[in-house]
Amino acid sequence: MRHILSTLIENEAGALSRVTGLFSARGYNIDSLTVQATEDPTMSRMTIVTHGSDDIIEQITKQLNKLVEVVKVIDLNEAEHIERELMLIKVRATGKEREEMKRMADIFRGRIIDVTEKTYTIELTGPGEKLDAFIKALDASAILETVRTGASGIGRGERILKI
Amino acid sequence: MFNYETGIEPMEISGAEIVVRCLAEEGVEFVFGYPGGAVLEIYDAIFKQNAFKHVLVRHEQAAAHAADAYSRSSKKVGVCLITSGPGATNALTGIATAYMDSIPMVVISGQVGTAGIGLDAFQEVDMVGCSRPIVKHNFLVKDVRDLAVTIKKAFHIASTGRPGPVVIDIPKDVTINKAEFSYPASIAIRSYNPPTKGHPGQIKKAAQLIGEAKRPLIYVGGGAVQGNASEEVTELVKLLNVPCTNTLMGLGALDGTDSHFLGMPGMHGTFEANLAMQYCDVLVAIGARFDDRVISVPNHFLSQPKRIIHIDVDPSSIAKRVKVDVPIVGDVKHVLTDMIAVLKETGIRPHAEGLTDWWKQVEAWRAPKCLDYAQSEEKIKPQYVMQKLWEVTNGEAIVTSDVGQHQMWTAQYYKFRRPRQWINSGGLGTMGFGLPAAIGAQLANPDAQVACITGDGSIQMNIQELSTAKQYHTPVKIILLNNRYLGMVRQWQEFFYGNRYSETYLEALPNFEKLAEAYGHIAIRVEKPQDVEAALREAFITHKERCVLLNFITDEGENVFPMVQNGKGLNQMDLPPHMSGMQQSPNENNRDYGNLC
Ligand SMILES: Cc1ncc(C[n+]2csc(CCOP(=O)(O)OP(=O)(O)O)c2C)c(N)n1
Repeated sequence: MRHILSTLIENEAGALSRVTGLFSARGYNIDSLTVQATEDPTMSRMTIVTHGSDDIIEQITKQLNKLVEVVKVIDLNEAEHIERELMLIKVRATGKEREEMKRMADIFRGRIIDVTEKTYTIELTGPGEKLDAFIKALDASAILETVRTGASGIGRGERILKI
Repeated sequence: MFNYETGIEPMEISGAEIVVRCLAEEGVEFVFGYPGGAVLEIYDAIFKQNAFKHVLVRHEQAAAHAADAYSRSSKKVGVCLITSGPGATNALTGIATAYMDSIPMVVISGQVGTAGIGLDAFQEVDMVGCSRPIVKHNFLVKDVRDLAVTIKKAFHIASTGRPGPVVIDIPKDVTINKAEFSYPASIAIRSYNPPTKGHPGQIKKAAQLIGEAKRPLIYVGGGAVQGNASEEVTELVKLLNVPCTNTLMGLGALDGTDSHFLGMPGMHGTFEANLAMQYCDVLVAIGARFDDRVISVPNHFLSQPKRIIHIDVDPSSIAKRVKVDVPIVGDVKHVLTDMIAVLKETGIRPHAEGLTDWWKQVEAWRAPKCLDYAQSEEKIKPQYVMQKLWEVTNGEAIVTSDVGQHQMWTAQYYKFRRPRQWINSGGLGTMGFGLPAAIGAQLANPDAQVACITGDGSIQMNIQELSTAKQYHTPVKIILLNNRYLGMVRQWQEFFYGNRYSETYLEALPNFEKLAEAYGHIAIRVEKPQDVEAALREAFITHKERCVLLNFITDEGENVFPMVQNGKGLNQMDLPPHMSGMQQSPNENNRDYGNLC
């Protein structure tokens, strides 16, 4: 099953490679990983999307907690949560495709953030499935380039991950 | 900064001096190391101090093993110092060895100057990257002002929680640059808070489960040794009058001569320990991790229903290979103390009748004496050497070993009486560990008898340390069980590869006696069983103050029994000849097997 693990980790050189090293050494999967410093610059927040049986997820959580730089780990799946991913997608936009692309971007609430005579670059955020759906909705040959960040997640309501 | 109160201009000292001062503050007695370009400043600072002694090994792997064994035999943190590049990579095997057995160690490695890092400088290797998967934690110190705090953190992390090695990589310019020195008295790391006390609710649950047990077993691992919980283990065993098995890493946690002790479990465990592991109904695992060499295949192990209490300081050890009923995360010493208190308060004990039957069963499994072997008039049996060694040393020696058959025979036949008496590479299984380990253990225990049990293969993996033993006058006794084979591998080839002894016969062995003598030691060659005891006495008594190599020419065909083959269950052992075909299950007249859960 797919899980989203949210991690608070010391913002120190090498911390990220400890996390990725752990996943590869123990044969766990990383579907995506995002990381950036929080409002407290000494701390980073990491969102790891992974999949595996409950036993594996339990081990991953324990192993992450064991890393000296990891302050806290929660499995967002354990309660309601929100996740968002950002995609930048460059598409061909010539002739009658140009109108069509703009319309599609509007339908998906994307924004066109860069324009040339031949291309649009569209910014789209949402849960991963929405981004997938957008890609599917386009003519594959019109897609020139896609960049996705992987999911960031946060608990719903009063649920807070902080030290 | 000028101090207006004292009027003293505080002195700035070099990074190298800071390193030395920190080690002194930590009360370090010995640093095991080997010099080189990147650590020249540190070696110069060492030259000028006398707070600790430096032990010059002959290979960096040995520095790590010696520091590791120093720690295992003394409860203190082992320290080793190596140069960048090849010095650092040479030490990796030793670091991994310590990591697998959870040994507290601080490794200081030199690094090229910060300006050179990443430019493929001479003797540059990414030590933080190379060591990452085999350390508890590591640091690269880029600013001399961070040095003292980092060293403090390293000692703290290495020695608390589940212990382990910590590497501090120090670029050369950081050892030259200057800073004010102050060593923090204590340190708090917000992201690192190892557990101590166990959850009282869980401890109560465990006591209740013990109260329901008819066939209880206590299974003790290296965590009880590293956690200094031998007294508590012994008290628990005696309070409950329950049989107990110690793993390869746990040997000595309960006195090997105690009547509750069943021997070691696992691949080369005893008949009684393995069957008790398989057929117990409540298993109390203490600082043990259900590893593959102990329980073999989890499904087979669990095919006989049992309920499990698992005490460990590392939550990730719990439910890793085997699901447990009552997990207790905490320092084993604390948890056992609390558990014993609850048991005493409530008077909870295992089911009396059940326990009586269970002991009868255990005694029945003990009766055929699975460690008996056919003594020979002509050839020296390695088991016999171990038995005689025990007698000659009164079971009191600190014993290190290498890896192979000799290691298993030591574990089986030398009845370790106390924790930290048995020093071997259990997790990584590192050949070459024994001799440098013996040197480290001897330095930590100058008055103890120290024996290194080794094989003709293993001893050659760090034989150069005979030179270190000479320089530091460590009177270790090297018990070489010389079977002219890589015996353990040969045994597998005999059992599983149709006697095709591929590359396991050691032709062109050196003349070990001459070799030992060349290094300035005493050597004794022993070819006959009747000379074994006298030779041991000569080594341990006549040459008490000297390093002696005893070259025992042993029976080359001897195998280690019992044996649980890979993929088999604990009740599917290959048994020694005198027990072949013996039933590996409980007696029929015993009640209740499989009724629980
Ligand atoms: C560094 C290393 N290389 C290889 C092995 C694999 N190995 C395990 S036991 C063994 C044979 C050891 O032979 P010896 O030291 O002569 O001891 P014996 O088994 O004959 O007692 C080997 C090669 C190992 N454990 N460590």
